[in-house]
Amino acid sequence: MSEALLSVADMHVSYGRVEAVHGVSLDVPKASIVTVIGANGAGKTTLLNAIMGVMKGKGSIEFDGRPVADLSLEARVADGLCLVPERRELFASMPVEDNLLLGGFRRSRSERSQALAETYARFPRLQERRRQLAGTLSGGERQMLAMGRALMARPRLLMLDEPSLGLAPRIVRDVFHIITALKDAGVSILLIEQNARAALQIASYAYVLELGRVTAAGTSAEITDNPRLVESYLGLGGASY
Amino acid sequence: MDSTIVLFLVQDAVINGAIYALVAIALVLVFAVTRVILVPQGEFVAFAGLTVAALEAGRVPPTLWLLVALGFLAAISSIVWHWREMNGTRFLKVIASTIMVPLILIAVTKFIAPLKLGLAANTILTLLLVVPMGPLIYRIAFEPLAEASVLVLLIASFGVYLSLVGLGLAFFGPEGVRTAALSDASFTAGALIITGQSVAVIVVTLVLLAGLALFFGLTLTGKALRACASNRLGARLVGIPTSVAGQVAFGMAALIGAVSGILITPITAIYYDSGFLIGLKGFVAAIVGGLASYTITALAALGVGLVESFSSFWWSTYKEVLVFTIILPVLVWRSLRSSHLEDEE
Repeated sequence: MSEALLSVADMHVSYGRVEAVHGVSLDVPKASIVTVIGANGAGKTTLLNAIMGVMKGKGSIEFDGRPVADLSLEARVADGLCLVPERRELFASMPVEDNLLLGGFRRSRSERSQALAETYARFPRLQERRRQLAGTLSGGERQMLAMGRALMARPRLLMLDEPSLGLAPRIVRDVFHIITALKDAGVSILLIEQNARAALQIASYAYVLELGRVTAAGTSAEITDNPRLVESYLGLGGASY
Repeated sequence: MDSTIVLFLVQDAVINGAIYALVAIALVLVFAVTRVILVPQGEFVAFAGLTVAALEAGRVPPTLWLLVALGFLAAISSIVWHWREMNGTRFLKVIASTIMVPLILIAVTKFIAPLKLGLAANTILTLLLVVPMGPLIYRIAFEPLAEASVLVLLIASFGVYLSLVGLGLAFFGPEGVRTAALSDASFTAGALIITGQSVAVIVVTLVLLAGLALFFGLTLTGKALRACASNRLGARLVGIPTSVAGQVAFGMAALIGAVSGILITPITAIYYDSGFLIGLKGFVAAIVGGLASYTITALAALGVGLVESFSSFWWSTYKEVLVFTIILPVLVWRSLRSSHLEDEE
């Protein structure tokens, strides 16, 4: 693996006295897509929240060679970490364009207007809807807005929590195309997906999380060739994305 | 009752309503951004009135010492709560914002106060002394509780209110103050005499409300505050520091309160504890607006002013009772109309 942009070691996260993530370690190399797959309740979202700083975790997090575990969430955003959460967490009562501009809150005015133009180029749909309130968008548009808002911060690492959740298959395909395009543009991606088959098709490396522990890790090809994992997470046959 | 009396009562209602509108808007603003029901909002009004009166008399306002006391408490609170992230620069920042700023204000005030420079200088100095109290109070009492429930925040808010009233008595004493009118001009319209003071209250209120609307509608900072109100986690995820947003909201509430205090002190005598009733009437209006809508809140404040002024004519003994009774039908109507919204988080 090439040099890691994000390196998490021995991460433990608890809800009160109940530990949900037990000593997980993972690396995300520069300009690559890494996926964490696993069943509901495996601790995927908890892990992402701890890396982002939404939840407190114990363990080391290095981002671009610097420890960030003691930084606040806001400081991690300023450093170039960005999370698109499962529930999108948009500003529903505000127009699409204001949502995007706030995504660039940490950037200078000129960077923000440039990022807005790039975001509209990537998501023409958002430009069409730019005066519409975010709360009135369809599911696919909301996911695009959530990703667009995150990109406005010009992240070096984008973490996506279940970007395909609740979306029609055609829209899932669009979203995954965009994720691949982002990687090609140099953004590293940490992708969490229940749709393991789709995730493995675009990711170069994968971790399997079961009950808060990494039980398997390898290149996407290695994971796809593992008979036990195929049965647990990929089903037999079935449609790809 | 003839039309002159009606007009007179309406004028009175509009002036009081304007003050209640300002207080109510500040309550809505603070609640939206921080989920705190700011019980001590009226204290900013009272402290500003007492400060401007002291300056008018050429005395050094005791507000200074209150500000220094709050600054020291905020410094201790910031250092204790952010112990882990504390480094040299951060420490200097904390000391500069909590201790150096009040000390500079002491020097400036001690120099300026005996000069009796007039209304404009007194107003600016009063704002400089009262507005920083907002962010300091947030840092002392509410920042450490940012993740607490609305109920805990309300209890803390009452605690802050009780402390401020006690401190107000200690620093300002029990005497009431009244200042000279902001303007000596007066006009007659038919039988009605319109004073320059009432015009000043209404114009300043409208300008302040318009300024707030522009701030929230057009500036990125204003939008960031609305974002905190709309989705707290979303706001944090785009890197909006919610503690700074809380300080800004409290600073704006203190600004609005201080302006109200400067406007109201020429109309009615202000004591160290006058803030509570003013705050409570603003609260009635804020509740009518559901602690969310600025427009409904401002109109409701006008309604509170009307009820107050007409009931004081017809039924003055029960004036306050009537005003606070408005809240009952509104609460019943709201509880029937909306499903249970408490503790969404």
